[in-house]
Amino acid sequence: MDASVGPVFWILAAVTILSGIAVVSLKNIFHCALFLILCLFSVAGIYILLHAEFLAAAQVLIYVGAVAILMIFAIMLTSGLASRTIKQVNKHALTALFACVLFVFVVIGLIFKSNVWNWARVPLPEDNVMTIGKLLMTKYMLPFEVVSVLLLAALIGAITLAREEEA
Amino acid sequence: MELYGIFEWIYGLLADTGLPEPWLTFVVYLGLGVVIFGTLSVLALFLVWWERKIAGHIQQRFGPMRTGWHGWYQTIMDAVKLLQKEDIRVTTRDKAVFFWAPVVCFVAAYLAYVVIPFGENLWVADLNVGILYIIAVTTLTVISLLMAGWGSNNKYALLGGMRSAAQVVSYEVPMAVSILTIIVFSGSLSMVDIANSQQGNVIFNWFIFKPPFGIIAFLTYITAATAEANRTPFDIPEAEQELVAGYNVEYSGMKFAMFFLAEFVNLFTVSAIATTLFLGAWHGPLLPSWIWFLLKTFGMVLLLMLFRWTFPRLRVDQLMEFAWKFLVPLTFANLILAGWMKYAGWHW
Repeated sequence: MDASVGPVFWILAAVTILSGIAVVSLKNIFHCALFLILCLFSVAGIYILLHAEFLAAAQVLIYVGAVAILMIFAIMLTSGLASRTIKQVNKHALTALFACVLFVFVVIGLIFKSNVWNWARVPLPEDNVMTIGKLLMTKYMLPFEVVSVLLLAALIGAITLAREEEA
Repeated sequence: MELYGIFEWIYGLLADTGLPEPWLTFVVYLGLGVVIFGTLSVLALFLVWWERKIAGHIQQRFGPMRTGWHGWYQTIMDAVKLLQKEDIRVTTRDKAVFFWAPVVCFVAAYLAYVVIPFGENLWVADLNVGILYIIAVTTLTVISLLMAGWGSNNKYALLGGMRSAAQVVSYEVPMAVSILTIIVFSGSLSMVDIANSQQGNVIFNWFIFKPPFGIIAFLTYITAATAEANRTPFDIPEAEQELVAGYNVEYSGMKFAMFFLAEFVNLFTVSAIATTLFLGAWHGPLLPSWIWFLLKTFGMVLLLMLFRWTFPRLRVDQLMEFAWKFLVPLTFANLILAGWMKYAGWHW
């Protein structure tokens, strides 16, 4: 990381965390969905800082372009969700908060105690998009295909479910 | 004349003043952003005027005639008028969402210009994921339309926003797959590499002239791009007879102008992408590269404008059926066959 990356990273990190908090704390669920988009966007920004441009573009394309839009679409179609302000917490909120804070402290403690870091030992390839493509088609062929089949099955399942409701 | 030379000259000039490095890059890119923003805004004003003239002549009218020669500064006056208008805000609106929707729409329209090469050595950045980046950032426009539809708290606006989301999400699939066909030919996602692989041999190296895959990909891209830009015959989101004006029905003044200008910037964007991917980008004889690029892009814009004023609008169900039952299978078959031909090592 060169010097100019520092402030950009801190801005992105702050936006990610603040918008993440907004997602789980706001009362209007449509606002939550919009903040989720902002959160996903700033995570994509962090990917770009890490020279993972392909991952960043895929993140925006899939999570913002498809998943988030689908969520907003569902919110708009559900009249119960649309106009009412919804409570995001129930009576266990305090307990949950305590558990979360404890978990965060445990994780941070483990991170600071650990001194074994697996740095990448090979330099970044010149054209990392091409490298990703080649790896997906050779070394990671099986997982790639399994994921594709899984998605196809989900798609067909969704269509079948929707059809049954119609009839 | 090469504009890149001017850019280098300014960069050198700034470097001489002794600005430290991160700030130097920041200032140069800020300047580039301002230049592109200004150029495109003027261009959008011109496109509005051009579209009105074309619409007029197709309908055997003259279009705007009273402001200057053939009404050439009509849209400038319109913009001034819109700036002075009262910003009417519905009391039942969702304040923040209503405010930010036009901003997101406006910004999203300009994001693609980071990677579009306007000519030889004339681009802001040559990302190695270029075209994927464009497909990704154009989805922001949909979010802004949904925000506008929701924030207005108006049933017509909401319906317009929902229709546009359904339409754009559907047409994104054939659009991305027809772009993939071109990536099979070029072997790179970078816009500059795609442009360079169409160099030479007069026009027969253009990807549109790689029969039959190039021409099929071009036609499907143009169809899907018309839908993405929300233009007739695919302008269901703002069908005037059904929805008054769709998602922007509650907007007035400058906010409306932002939606309106973004729409015309999007029109130019899809044309510029079509030029880069299919029509040989900036390559052409004699004239400077950026003039060739603009000529081809304006040709594409003209084609899309003729579509708008000569085709009737589709119905919502027809639109969805056309996307999923015709365009998607066609583009996928095209992609598979093109990939197979490439793998078999056949040349055109």
